[in-house]
Amino acid sequence: MTLEVAITVLQWLVAVLGAPLLVGIVRKTKARLQGRRGAGVWQPYRNLRKLLVKEVVISGTTSWVFRLTPYVVISTMLLSALMVPVLTTSGALPFLGNIIMLMSVFLLGTFFLALAALDAGSSFGGMGSSREMAIAALAEPTVMIAIFAIALRAGSTDLNEMVRRSVSDPLLLLNPGHLLAFLSFVIVALAETGRLPVDNPSTHLELTMIHEAMILEYSGRYLALIEWASSIKLFLFLTLLGNIFFPWGVAVTPEPVALVIGVVALAIKLGVLALGLAILETSVAKLRLFLVPELLSGSFLLALLAVISFFFLR
Amino acid sequence: MLESATILFSSTLLFFASGAIGALVCARHHDLCRRVTHGFVFGGSVLIFGLSILGLLGGTFELVLPGILPFAGGLALGLDRLSAFFLLIIATGVAPSALYAISYTRHYPQKQSSMGFMLNIFVPAMMLVVLARNVLTFLLFWEAMSLASYFLVMTESEHEETCKAGWLYLVMMHAGLACLLIGFLAMSQASGTFDMSEWARSASGIDMGMRNLVFLVMAAGFLSKAGAIPFHVWLPRAHPAAPSHVSAVMSGVMIKLGVYGLIRIAFEWLGQGPAWWGAVILMVGAVSALLGVLYALVQHDLKSLLAFSSVENIGIILLGVGAGLLFRAYNLGSLASLALVAGLYHCLNHAIFKTLLFLGAGAVVEETHTRNMEEMGGLLKRMPHTGGYFLIGSLAIAGLPPFNGFISEWLTFQALMLSFNIPVQFLNLLFALSIAALAMTAGLAAACFVKAFGITFLALPRGETVDQAHEASRTMRASMGLLSVACLALGVLPALVLRPLSNTIAEFIGDRPELSFNWNNISAADVFAVIAPFWMAMILVVLILTVWVGLHAFGTNFHRRYYETWGCGRALQTAAFEYTAAAFAYPFKRVFALLYRSIEETEIEAHPESRFFVKTITYRHETRSIIEDSVYAPIAATVRRLAAKARKLQSGNVHSYLFYILVALLALVLFAK
Repeated sequence: MTLEVAITVLQWLVAVLGAPLLVGIVRKTKARLQGRRGAGVWQPYRNLRKLLVKEVVISGTTSWVFRLTPYVVISTMLLSALMVPVLTTSGALPFLGNIIMLMSVFLLGTFFLALAALDAGSSFGGMGSSREMAIAALAEPTVMIAIFAIALRAGSTDLNEMVRRSVSDPLLLLNPGHLLAFLSFVIVALAETGRLPVDNPSTHLELTMIHEAMILEYSGRYLALIEWASSIKLFLFLTLLGNIFFPWGVAVTPEPVALVIGVVALAIKLGVLALGLAILETSVAKLRLFLVPELLSGSFLLALLAVISFFFLR
Repeated sequence: MLESATILFSSTLLFFASGAIGALVCARHHDLCRRVTHGFVFGGSVLIFGLSILGLLGGTFELVLPGILPFAGGLALGLDRLSAFFLLIIATGVAPSALYAISYTRHYPQKQSSMGFMLNIFVPAMMLVVLARNVLTFLLFWEAMSLASYFLVMTESEHEETCKAGWLYLVMMHAGLACLLIGFLAMSQASGTFDMSEWARSASGIDMGMRNLVFLVMAAGFLSKAGAIPFHVWLPRAHPAAPSHVSAVMSGVMIKLGVYGLIRIAFEWLGQGPAWWGAVILMVGAVSALLGVLYALVQHDLKSLLAFSSVENIGIILLGVGAGLLFRAYNLGSLASLALVAGLYHCLNHAIFKTLLFLGAGAVVEETHTRNMEEMGGLLKRMPHTGGYFLIGSLAIAGLPPFNGFISEWLTFQALMLSFNIPVQFLNLLFALSIAALAMTAGLAAACFVKAFGITFLALPRGETVDQAHEASRTMRASMGLLSVACLALGVLPALVLRPLSNTIAEFIGDRPELSFNWNNISAADVFAVIAPFWMAMILVVLILTVWVGLHAFGTNFHRRYYETWGCGRALQTAAFEYTAAAFAYPFKRVFALLYRSIEETEIEAHPESRFFVKTITYRHETRSIIEDSVYAPIAATVRRLAAKARKLQSGNVHSYLFYILVALLALVLFAK
């Protein structure tokens, strides 16, 4: 039991502390691909440190909702990090692994961010809030159908169970349904974490930003918390992609050796996914806002096909 | 047990009778009148709560009074667990609304007597519908409920809008009643008894075509009460027109009785039906949920938004009910139970958070004198308690943890996903689409309530009336507080409801739900899904505190400086820079343009000196209802055309009327022969 608790704490720390590094790696890779030198991979940590010692400048228009939101957002992400099997499927909190619950916890954070964005009373915040909620709502059916497709094969909506199932049945990876579900989940992950081509994380161009528009009024420690939360969200989505669809190396037993393999496998998977993300973000342009629904309905169809293929091939 | 239930029931009736009489006696003393009448409604609903607890623990009673209406079996009442669960829904919605109404109705000085009187008829009528055991009793109290609520909707009958809403409500309720009459009478004829509890036994002997027909007309009748699409047209007009505590009772409680009736006919009275019954209900549910929330999203009237959201939630409930019917048609009894548990849990949840939201909206409308969200904003600073409660209600209705809406939506998702046990590919696909519809609904509901709370309560006031707004009175706050606590309690301790509810469903269907739960966690279909709402909520709270403490330990700068919102260098910030409700909904209008069929108009008046200086801008963006345009408009046109033709018969000539009478008489004589 103590071992399991230790492992749970370990994998949680890997997720919440490693997340800024992942963002640093993506940014560095992107910079190199674009012919720039870029900041070092540890730069996100320095940014967080800097933001924490700066004072908060806050709009006089805002209410307590604005001040509470950063805490809610970071806590939902810290909670989510407990729910995702990052290194192992045999953590000490098996009752926290439901994937529908995970998505609801993500939505809780988005809900508060969207409220806080309206609170300062600027048009930018409202714009970000409205667009973020629109994209979240449109992504939701794809998320659920993709989850359904995976759950059908795993016989469970529990993340640990899903990973365990695909570890025990490697041929599952060649299943057309599995690949379709993977593709649709990739698109959803891009939309949910605010990456290109849905949203550009490095823009502050007034009319195109979505996530950045929502957090425009934040500064100091509040901004640090939100930035950290966003990086955890990216980390978790990439981990989900890696561990559900390519579960190699995830420790199914709480043994130290398996765990070391787990860490290495996770590093490789996240490295590959981060490289893929950097290449994608370098090679595509941001979609016009009203083309995003088309992208998302495309991914919805992929997910639906994944479900259909299960029923017609069983 | 039998004794206490009968006594409790009689004293409940006594309370409401006293309330109704009290309304008439103290009609001239306004303040006394509203306290007495609503006090009795509150007391009566607390007794209903007691009765429901008794029923959920297994208490029953039978009461047959053949002498009161000496035909068709007289009055017959009875209590079983399912009735008791709906009594619970009635009590949880009505008790806080009555408490709220005590001070809320002070703004209707001339109408307190009639409002109090009608509420004292409306509430017991709902209770008696749930307890009715024969056709006559059911229809009698069903109609009493409709009429009493009609009069309550018509409270502000000096407004033309209210009259129109009331008229539409009356017409729709009676079209629904006509459907129910046809169904009830046909079924009584076929089974040979007016006693509905006997129907289940004789149902299997009745011709399938007949049962299908009865199912369709009665489902239409009950769904029109529930406000499911396409029978919802009255709901978004009537609910906003009523005083807010009445809107709360109608939206939170009354429409659930349509669901009650549907569950009774589909699962009990008509016996086991074919699979397509379930498929129809499932589709109605998916369409209601999705279109309901889409229309809610584009409303500027806070109460219309809530009313459309009721259509959405009825849709979510029907997804559970429809899934239950389909599971039962394939003899998957324990899954049918699970789906029904999900639907009924959502019934109760919706009664709690929709009542809360309507009461909150009522407090806001009372202070700002408008229902238009575009004139609100900044209310959280002026009404902090009401705002906080409204936020809790918004989180709950958006299905977010750790509130109650999440549990029932989660259960509904699980029930729909477990549909892979049904071996029919077409149905598997239908279920997959329902999951997508429910997911989209959940996402859109979150957007809708970001808008409802954000535009109403946050940022700067958009209208002048907001500056005079004050916090709601103490009893109003107490009623909203109670409901907020309930939202949280049923979100973190679902076993509170699941325990009695699963017994109820087990008694009703005969199979225990595929669900195991205790105070720590719930699991559906064993390993398929497990959640631990209580521990999740605890961890969330601990994490928030840890982050706060951790920041202190880390040497964070906790200094805070207030400054104005950044606005690209403009000189001062006014509410004109804020995003409006219309702007918030704009992306949705673009994406779902096909469904909204909106009309957009912009008029810009330029300054005479230069066209670059704008004097005024008028922007109009109206959405039209696809159902009203494509279903109701043709029906209304046909009726009007026929009426114009029928006018020719109305010559005003006495001789021709005598002739009509003669013809009718002869026709009847011939027919009877």
